[in-house]
Amino acid sequence: MTKNFAIFPLIILLTIVSLPIAVMYGFLILDTFTDAPPGELWPDRFTLAHWRFLWDPSVVGNVWKAAGNSLILAVSIIVIVVPISSLAGYAVSRLNLPFRRFFLAGIMVMHAFPAVTLLIGVFFVLKFTGLYNTMIGVILVKGSLMLPFGIWIMKGFYDAVPWEIEMAGVQDGASRLTVFRRLILPQVKPGLVALSVFAFLDGWGEYLLPRILAPGSDMEVLSVFLNELVQADQLGYDFNLFKSVGVFYTLPVIILFVLFQNRLMNIFGGGTKG
Amino acid sequence: MRLQLQNFTKCFDGTPVIEGLDLTVEDGEMLALLGPSGCGKSTTLFSICGIYRADGGRIMFGDRDVSDLPSQKRNVGVVFQNYALYPHLTVEENIAFPLTVQKPRPSKSEIAREVRAIAELIHIENLLERRPAQLSGGQQQRVALARALVRKPDVLLLDEPLANLDAKLRLEMRSEIRRIQLETGITAILVTHDQVEAMSMCDRVAIMDKGEILQIASPTEMYRNPVNKFVAGFLGNPPITFLEGHTATEGRFAMDQGLFLPLPSRLRDLPAGQRISLGLRPEHFGSTGTAQASGRIVFVEPQGREMLFDVEAAPGVVLRSVQPVRDDVGVGDEVTWGVDVDRMLAFDMDGQTL
Repeated sequence: MTKNFAIFPLIILLTIVSLPIAVMYGFLILDTFTDAPPGELWPDRFTLAHWRFLWDPSVVGNVWKAAGNSLILAVSIIVIVVPISSLAGYAVSRLNLPFRRFFLAGIMVMHAFPAVTLLIGVFFVLKFTGLYNTMIGVILVKGSLMLPFGIWIMKGFYDAVPWEIEMAGVQDGASRLTVFRRLILPQVKPGLVALSVFAFLDGWGEYLLPRILAPGSDMEVLSVFLNELVQADQLGYDFNLFKSVGVFYTLPVIILFVLFQNRLMNIFGGGTKG
Repeated sequence: MRLQLQNFTKCFDGTPVIEGLDLTVEDGEMLALLGPSGCGKSTTLFSICGIYRADGGRIMFGDRDVSDLPSQKRNVGVVFQNYALYPHLTVEENIAFPLTVQKPRPSKSEIAREVRAIAELIHIENLLERRPAQLSGGQQQRVALARALVRKPDVLLLDEPLANLDAKLRLEMRSEIRRIQLETGITAILVTHDQVEAMSMCDRVAIMDKGEILQIASPTEMYRNPVNKFVAGFLGNPPITFLEGHTATEGRFAMDQGLFLPLPSRLRDLPAGQRISLGLRPEHFGSTGTAQASGRIVFVEPQGREMLFDVEAAPGVVLRSVQPVRDDVGVGDEVTWGVDVDRMLAFDMDGQTL
């Protein structure tokens, strides 16, 4: 590789810029395993006490149930978003649909629309259909809000597949469906993987919708659970416990990122040819 | 199988790009559709294979009218310009794909046998395990050809198959495609804008312009007797030189710039004063000939075996000559070379051959 500029100063600059973030993350992890004397910054003893919430429900309530709810929400988002996006993305990319441009513009607008502004309307709809305060309601709302993004991303991936490949498949005697299944889908697999991870992360991280549309304690997801923790007991405010639950909440996200970081880059690298 | 287009019409957004085109390709013949970009040759090709629907007329494979059949039922093999190999499949799977979607699906051993047979014909037996990304352009081309031929199509369509290859490979694949076409005896249509490809690979050439077929003939016939100026100018490399002028007395041709040449003997009877243009191919201007033209060499282009000379015979009138390599003349020299008058082409003002 030819060097157009010196790398060393750049590294120093980046280190300085990222130092605050690194320090914060460092202490976040550190504090979950240690205790510091009051008023001191540096810890003086190792402890696992902050992690006892994992096995002792009396500390903060059942964290596993909340985690399970989060998992259900996140996986359901994948189940809704990935299949629909892969079909709809193909349709808007390849098929000569009536109102195709209008539809694309609509997707774009929906994608850019802040979900919060829809909340009151969504609330009424759910109330009316009896889905308020149910997990299904939250899943449907979250899934549909994410669809525009998914469709747009998948359209980008389909656009990158050469038109001739499809025509070659048809010429070889395969039906459109067979061509889609056996020739086109394998080529957008990176997109499907990336979108799945994205959908999972989005579902896992969602706070607002479950908080407002399913406030019942049965449906509590981890993000809401974490928030309750802050509000629950203002007096015995255990910062390190709070951090531990936070790390527990973040762990799957970090793992997914480590596993799929290259695939996720795909979305913003090759996939988004509008 | 004999392929026929009858009164074929194709429109895009209501504008006809091809109107009432008739074309017959005989069984086992290889025909080139030759023309500049946008002349409708690819449109014709894609209509034959069913990617485009014809807006009028009939497309016949033998006695079968396929005009309204979808691509899947037409049994046409197509080689696309960029080969369109399936990147996630191996070469073997690529070639086998058309067989695996057949109904009823042939048995595994049968598919393997067919793939092997076609791979041997096309000389790619040793590449079967590879993926398209690991192949050179020429090898990809061969795989595309094998895939198009494996289910024994009625017609083979080649869309600019050599355009993406480098010069040396192009030469090799040119004769390879022709060899395979002859060995399989398949009816084939080659779409190209390269006159050398068309002339060297095909039995007959159909030259197209603006959605019309101007002339269908064997390459030699078309080169010798083009129907009009467009065809004459399209064929030949280096291209023909056109000289604009009018007929003069005593069977002569006069240019406004002051160059005089005898008319070809078959045209001596033309009345004087008629505006015509003559076409002089570079191989008909050189050392021998029935008439002479003099001028100064303004440009020399060595091409290894031959040399190309531009001779300014009158102000602004440049005659081109192609000759075996010679060192005795160079830029700036005055030369007097022979013109093979009777082999010159002549056109009227509408461009039609006289």
